[in-house]
Amino acid sequence: ANMKLILIFSALIGASLCLETFVGHQVLRIKTKNEEEVKQLQLLESLEHLELDFWINPSAPALPVDVRIPAVSVQSVKAFLESQGIEYSILIEDLQDVLDKEKQDMAESAQRQRSSNTFDFGAYHNLDDINAELDHLASEYSFVEKIQIGESYEKRPLYVLKFSTGGSNRPAIWLDAGIHSREWVTQASALWIANKIASDYGTDESITSLLDKMDLFLLPVANPDGFVYTHTSNRMWRKTRSKIPGSICVGVDPNRNWDAGFGGPGASSRPCSDSYHGPSANSEVEVKSVVDFIKNHGNFKAFLTLHSYSQLLMYPYGYKCTRPDDYAELESLGRAAANSIRSLYGTTFQVGTICKTIYQASGGSIDWSYDNGIKYSFAFELRDTGRYGFLLPANQILPAAKETWLGLKKIMEHVRD
Amino acid sequence: RAMELPPSHFPATRAAAVAVGYLRYLRGGPGRGLQLRELRRARRQDIDDVGHKYYLELELEDVLDRDRTVNCTAEVLYHLGSKTSAPDVQVTVQGELRSTEEADKEFYNRIRSLEKELVAENIPDSHGNVPPELEPIHLLAWAASGYVIWQNSTENTKFHLAQVKHVKQVKRSDEDLQFDFVLLLHEMVSQEVLPWEVTLLWHPQRGARVSQS
Repeated sequence: ANMKLILIFSALIGASLCLETFVGHQVLRIKTKNEEEVKQLQLLESLEHLELDFWINPSAPALPVDVRIPAVSVQSVKAFLESQGIEYSILIEDLQDVLDKEKQDMAESAQRQRSSNTFDFGAYHNLDDINAELDHLASEYSFVEKIQIGESYEKRPLYVLKFSTGGSNRPAIWLDAGIHSREWVTQASALWIANKIASDYGTDESITSLLDKMDLFLLPVANPDGFVYTHTSNRMWRKTRSKIPGSICVGVDPNRNWDAGFGGPGASSRPCSDSYHGPSANSEVEVKSVVDFIKNHGNFKAFLTLHSYSQLLMYPYGYKCTRPDDYAELESLGRAAANSIRSLYGTTFQVGTICKTIYQASGGSIDWSYDNGIKYSFAFELRDTGRYGFLLPANQILPAAKETWLGLKKIMEHVRD
Repeated sequence: RAMELPPSHFPATRAAAVAVGYLRYLRGGPGRGLQLRELRRARRQDIDDVGHKYYLELELEDVLDRDRTVNCTAEVLYHLGSKTSAPDVQVTVQGELRSTEEADKEFYNRIRSLEKELVAENIPDSHGNVPPELEPIHLLAWAASGYVIWQNSTENTKFHLAQVKHVKQVKRSDEDLQFDFVLLLHEMVSQEVLPWEVTLLWHPQRGARVSQS
């Protein structure tokens, strides 16, 4: 009686400890020579206590029979086959080993998918490839969303990446690139920056605390019509591609079209000019879409825009040469950001108001944003200082993006705190 | 009587660009590409009935030898009513520029021995690439652009060479090399990119000269 109890207990314990493992399980491939042998295997199949798992069932002599045999039964099944003269070979010596390896391979592959990216951030891309990458980022990260804020003149969507880890209408930061289409390092840098922020959230302290408190909206191609035109027709195109009534010339300078000192000095009233301000403020749908979006949101704290070239870090004003009320803070923050930029590769950015540093220019975006209550309004002019100008070699994209990111981060951290 | 100017503000940087353009024309060649590393100091003097004179202290580097810099001083005089005359420029280089004698000779012989006249376009290309064998042509274009920039600058302009749209070598019966360029110049204030035709003569000893043809 005691023996029986022990057996039952151990069976129960065994059952409870039974994790489904396949340690020692073997998979045999059996080559039957005739109907007699097929019948033998079918007999074997009927012995349920062996718990044989036929991957290919015995049916006809010409077809192989694959069977998984639990460890305990391996020796006895083999003995049976040998005694019947039935040929077999070992397909899998130990099934658990194979499963373990497969699991590891899958984990590594998933890790590679997550951490790698087939998009080459160190090269220039066309609009379609950029838009595809925006989709990729949005699908890969739960806190990244691609939204459309409007359409260009030629009906191309204006896509913004929204970085948000929660909350409802959190204080937000705006970043755009490529408003002047020939400034190719800016769209390219914006893509790298988007990927950097997305992939570093959760591991980088600064980015994590930033996105835990604030949202970020990134418009990598603010002027898609112009951008396509730089690829198809004229690499030096700057403006939008809108038709101007009464003129054979096309396009408006989108950074003279904002409602800030519109039509004043530093913008041209001639449609053929590369700094043509347009028939009226916000006449360009590319500008109006951003204006409407920011106004409707109502909670933007920073407005940052990327241009090239000249290596400058500027704050308002452009339309007038007087200092903004927040001059001291913006100058100090600008200098701190420029120092961060320089810390990486020694690249020097000059800091100052637009009007003093580069020229008087009316209708600019950061003047508009500043006068509409967004205190931290900065315009960056990225590499270089004229050696290549707009035609910056692709091998400088990553250095430019990385150093620029340090400057942006400095500003964003200040806004966050 | 000369007013100190912040080197980061545009009046000084525009004058510096003129000085660099002038120096590129004077001392540039297939083996030397001078660019501004830093504008160290700038002063301006307003001279009645004459114009505005800028005094500049510049630190320059050669793009082919960026480990070294060379200091120079420059004076740029923009004439009153400056629509018709180019600014007067004087530049003094402190010390010696790196010798380009060997590179110049090699380039000269290479071009002279070409069977077909050299033709090229879009230097750099859209992606910023310059094939290594065209870099000397690129630098000669810089020299040519230096002349154009010097001749056409005012206090309200700042020019850079944006791209060599087209270059065609023209074989000559004398010893000079001749290159007919179509240059694209980017003017920063108006933001225009303007095509400019310029013919450049070059010789290893005689240097670069714009042909007034």
